[in-house]
Amino acid sequence: MSTRQVVLLGPQRLAPTLDREIENLAIEGSIAAITAGWQEREAEDDELRDLLGGDVVNLDLHRRADAVFAEDSELAAAHRDRQDELKALQSFYRFRLDPALAPARALLERRRGPTRWLAAERRAAVSAVRALDRQHLLRVAGIHRRFEALWHPWERPAVKRHRNEIGEILSGAKALAIAGGHVAVLLNRLRLFGVAELLGNQPILAWSAGAMALTDRVVLFHDTPPQGAGNAEVLENGLGLVPGLVVLPHARRRLKLDNPHRVALFSRRFRPATCVPLDEGTRLVIDGEAMRAEPDTRMLRRDGAVVPLDGKGRK
Amino acid sequence: MTSSPNTHESRAPESQGFATGSASRLAIQDLIASGTPSSEAIDAFLEGKRFPLVEGSSVTFVYRGEVDSVSLQHFIYGLPTSQPFARVGNSDLWYLTLELPPESRMQYKLNVEHEGQGRWILDPQNPERAFDPYGANSVCHTDGAERPAWTYPDPEARAGTIDSIRVASDAFGGVREVPVYLPARFRASRRYPLLVVHDGSDYRRYSDLQTVLDNLIHRLEVAPMIVALTDAGNRLEEYADHPPHARFVTEELLPALDQSFPLIPGRGSRGLMGASFGGVAALSSAWRYQGVWGRLLLQSGSFAFTDIGEHDRGPLFDPVVRFVNALRDEPGRPADKVFVSCGTYERLIYENRSLVPRLQAAGMDVRFLEARDGHSWANWRDQLRVGLSWLFPGPLWMVYE
Repeated sequence: MSTRQVVLLGPQRLAPTLDREIENLAIEGSIAAITAGWQEREAEDDELRDLLGGDVVNLDLHRRADAVFAEDSELAAAHRDRQDELKALQSFYRFRLDPALAPARALLERRRGPTRWLAAERRAAVSAVRALDRQHLLRVAGIHRRFEALWHPWERPAVKRHRNEIGEILSGAKALAIAGGHVAVLLNRLRLFGVAELLGNQPILAWSAGAMALTDRVVLFHDTPPQGAGNAEVLENGLGLVPGLVVLPHARRRLKLDNPHRVALFSRRFRPATCVPLDEGTRLVIDGEAMRAEPDTRMLRRDGAVVPLDGKGRK
Repeated sequence: MTSSPNTHESRAPESQGFATGSASRLAIQDLIASGTPSSEAIDAFLEGKRFPLVEGSSVTFVYRGEVDSVSLQHFIYGLPTSQPFARVGNSDLWYLTLELPPESRMQYKLNVEHEGQGRWILDPQNPERAFDPYGANSVCHTDGAERPAWTYPDPEARAGTIDSIRVASDAFGGVREVPVYLPARFRASRRYPLLVVHDGSDYRRYSDLQTVLDNLIHRLEVAPMIVALTDAGNRLEEYADHPPHARFVTEELLPALDQSFPLIPGRGSRGLMGASFGGVAALSSAWRYQGVWGRLLLQSGSFAFTDIGEHDRGPLFDPVVRFVNALRDEPGRPADKVFVSCGTYERLIYENRSLVPRLQAAGMDVRFLEARDGHSWANWRDQLRVGLSWLFPGPLWMVYE
């Protein structure tokens, strides 16, 4: 069991707390940063450097990936094909998700009928959604496994070279900061270079999409999008460095947290994981197997309530 | 009960299309019930209320003043445009109660007559205004038609900037300067979709287009995009299926934009937008240059047509009717995705409803949105979220910053 400390934070743009975290952790020495989720803006990290202070080395995962694909056209083509396959699979999953979620929602909202059967039907409806999610995650994992078995990306010279450089930076880093952004791009780059496998025991600070990428299951969500039904969907497995959590950045804006039916469905669908909104000010520290949270850090409970994340809050 | 206006027991005359009355008693009925109210009673009645007073689906307008008559001048097509107010007893308070469906919005003025002189004025009791190139109107809305939050400036949203481009035009002769919206965090190393907007200045001024773009891009609902804000010289000529206009937009402006800004190539990332006559200009430009523009956002387009005989809209519409008739005969494929919106309270609803199945039958992906609203910049503004996010979806599901 890792004893690494992981700090998950809410969005940092408007009310940053990173500087305080660095101070709390008493980090002295270089800090590695990952801003690959910012895509082409990856290098525009001045504000982040100011917050982290001291010696910050950006791992440049986005730029490095571009360089790898420019150098290794065979890998680039295979990577593109895999992304197309993942995209198609995600859209097929979405087709099935909508009709699976409808009865679960309807039954959670229903108040009339024999209690025993209502409860049983609710369980069955939520189970059907969970089975669909599980199947999707397995298929996505299978696509990744096949890709890695076929192409051995870490063994290819271009990846290997960059990976060595990344490993060297990480071995000297006293902490790793992972910013948010495009969660699929971020995960993709983290996987390509096998960053999780290069980590030492240094603390990790991650926020928004960065926090999502560290969990074992990445869930995309928005209750009121301008298009579509607003069905939360699983994307793929994350790095699994903080298992048992589904983190929900900008939940206040993206989720109807005052709708107990939606909250209940979210919580039941992803149990036994704890669903944690990550809004400004949220702070969650995972220290080996222990977890502590700031008092205003909350969780979605299966009865539809959003309650403080503490022992009493779990139900 | 039938009685004449100007008596305390009177009700405003029932008007065509507006059912009056309500199951529960309205505030104005309470006031009337006690006969001619005192000045103090009227003060108390007006105090703390927001007018027009919306009570369920009943809307009560009031005017206070020693005048000869008051009427509501509205712009809802299909109904008499003038609705008389009734005087409350012998007091100086006038009122009119209308029945409006939920999620309705109407713009109006009051026509106040005194000593033989009539004046059209904004409703002094109602601070809500809508502006257009002709001035301002008062705005009344029922529940569900409130102005959306994303149309107001959001201090959290990063602001885009306005650049401009000068385009030498053979089509029109001379040089046209076109303002160009660049999204926040614009960078030349990235490529962006393009939207060319007709009546760009009016969209900015009256539909808050810049604020809307900033907010929808900030919310990740719309892709960061480059938006050319064109204006016409002679609008009614240039926007009425005018070949030089289509040529300017497609053969002159588009290449100039492509040279100056990093645009995503291909029609799937290229759109035209317009309202009213601007909608005609957008559709006719795409129709004349099929395969160039893949996205269309058409709001309350003036798509007048005839199935038989002559049209009755005046000579300005001659080229429009010719164009729409030709398009209805042979739609071709002016775009792949077309978003059409129109207010159900405007005359053009019939023409817009009629256009949609023609475009769909021709294989285009068409989305049609109706709102209980009029031919106004406020209506067009409030449909932009759905239209733009459908045509140019942002990375909402993937980005968590």
